[in-house]
Amino acid sequence: MSRIGRFTALALVALWSLAPFLWQLITSLKPDPEITALPPLLPAHITLAHYAAIFTGTPFLRLMANSAVVASGTTLLAVALGALAAFALAKLHVRRRTLILALVLAVSMFPPIATVSPLFLVINALGLRDTLIALILTYTGFALPLAIWLLTGFFHKVPDEIYFAARVDGCTPFEAFRRVLLPLSAPGLITTAILVFILSWNEFLYALSFTATAAARTLPVGIALFPGLHEIPWGEIAAACVAATAPVLLLALGFHRRIVEGLTRGAVKG
Amino acid sequence: MTSPSRQAGRSAPFLAPAGVMLAAVTLFPVIYILWLSLEQRSPVLGVTQFVGAANYLRLLGDARFWNALANTTYFTTLSVALELALGLAMALLLRRAFPGRALVYAVVLIPWAVPTVVTARMWEWMYNADYGVINYLLGAQINWLGSPAWAMHAAILMDVWKSTPFVALLLLAGLQNIPAELYHAASVDGATRWTTFRRVTLPLLMPLILVVLILRTIDAFRVFDAIYVLTGGGPANSTETLSIYAYKVLFQTLEFGYGSTLAVTVLACIALATAVYARLLRGRTA
Repeated sequence: MSRIGRFTALALVALWSLAPFLWQLITSLKPDPEITALPPLLPAHITLAHYAAIFTGTPFLRLMANSAVVASGTTLLAVALGALAAFALAKLHVRRRTLILALVLAVSMFPPIATVSPLFLVINALGLRDTLIALILTYTGFALPLAIWLLTGFFHKVPDEIYFAARVDGCTPFEAFRRVLLPLSAPGLITTAILVFILSWNEFLYALSFTATAAARTLPVGIALFPGLHEIPWGEIAAACVAATAPVLLLALGFHRRIVEGLTRGAVKG
Repeated sequence: MTSPSRQAGRSAPFLAPAGVMLAAVTLFPVIYILWLSLEQRSPVLGVTQFVGAANYLRLLGDARFWNALANTTYFTTLSVALELALGLAMALLLRRAFPGRALVYAVVLIPWAVPTVVTARMWEWMYNADYGVINYLLGAQINWLGSPAWAMHAAILMDVWKSTPFVALLLLAGLQNIPAELYHAASVDGATRWTTFRRVTLPLLMPLILVVLILRTIDAFRVFDAIYVLTGGGPANSTETLSIYAYKVLFQTLEFGYGSTLAVTVLACIALATAVYARLLRGRTA
């Protein structure tokens, strides 16, 4: 392919990937009359009214806080539990290690719809309906397979000699894990944490089923059920979409190398 | 050093927390749903009754179930095929180094990172028949989401947008693992680009292609958020997938027994597809 052909193709790929979000961003900045008028594509006036409306009129900030708590809580819990298990799988002699990893992989293939009704009954019975803790526990269970697979791979990369040296120096397995393995695998921990955070931030089906009010609803649920009294408030929906995407977008742009590494490791191992 | 049982005892405390979590949140529900699928259960009416295979027999005569199964299969087949073809093309395009490649990588990751619900809202707005930018750019008056013929394809296009980058980035990693000497040897032998692609690239990439196919098939077959927010399964159930139908029976009709049976069919189809791919994969690597 010629240079120009390649350049054009690359530009098209970039434009195709960027355009829908860009259009949402443009819509969110247009005053109402301009939203329903095409042409022109670009706004003649830019307004922040839609952002002002969502941050004041609806419980948007509450939903954003809920999402932040759920995604952070899930990330902490999944990485902590996942790191402990991955350490055992990578550095201790676990019997039936392959079987355990295969089981973990099988669990990651369960469709969410096939667990939502039993979990709903259990959560109801425990009185946890419409609470953030119900979401955190559910998400942790579903993020764990990914965390265990990724972290097992990252811990494998730390040479066994280093681990044994720590053991010979008198560390218990847990001390060797905490003081040697964890610091040496910090980049892997960050990669895993970012992936788990993004997946939890974006989750919808459980959040929709287990919550009932703004007390525990997350952003995706709020955006899916966006209230419109008479007309669909396109500008406000667009503003809400942009605001809900901003955190994960910043993570994706800032850590794209790590994310790609994590995604490929997760898939290639599988 | 130590006996096997002591070794196992030492690893147990590390494995137990994750094991308990997985058992409680994933394994237990999957076993429980198999039981639920054999019950007639309505929380509103306070009815809970064991009905054996009745729900499964009901599937056979349920036209809406067969419609959802057909929709899900169509959606999965078409979107995964398109994603694989476009993803491979994108990976080949991104393989060679060029100035600004890191930036393109980051941009390509955007569709993957955007929450699915937001993706659906963005495309709903672009597809809008009156004010949508797609009709404007095409100079057309297509009722994308309002006509049964278009709606499913609109949903597929949205999924292709969201998932192709994931496929491309995975295949790109595979391409970069192919030794350069092989390409060198091929060019010394005077192979054309097409021959090189068919005889070198494709065979070496095949195991990874199968892995990507498994991941995408599983993910596409259980599709819920994207279509639920885009069309709600409409118009006239033309985009209703198995997960959406199951969700509606569970949480709108509040039939927990039959809804669970529908959910079990999603699980069964995914298990079946995974088994088929796993056989193919084993045949390749053996």
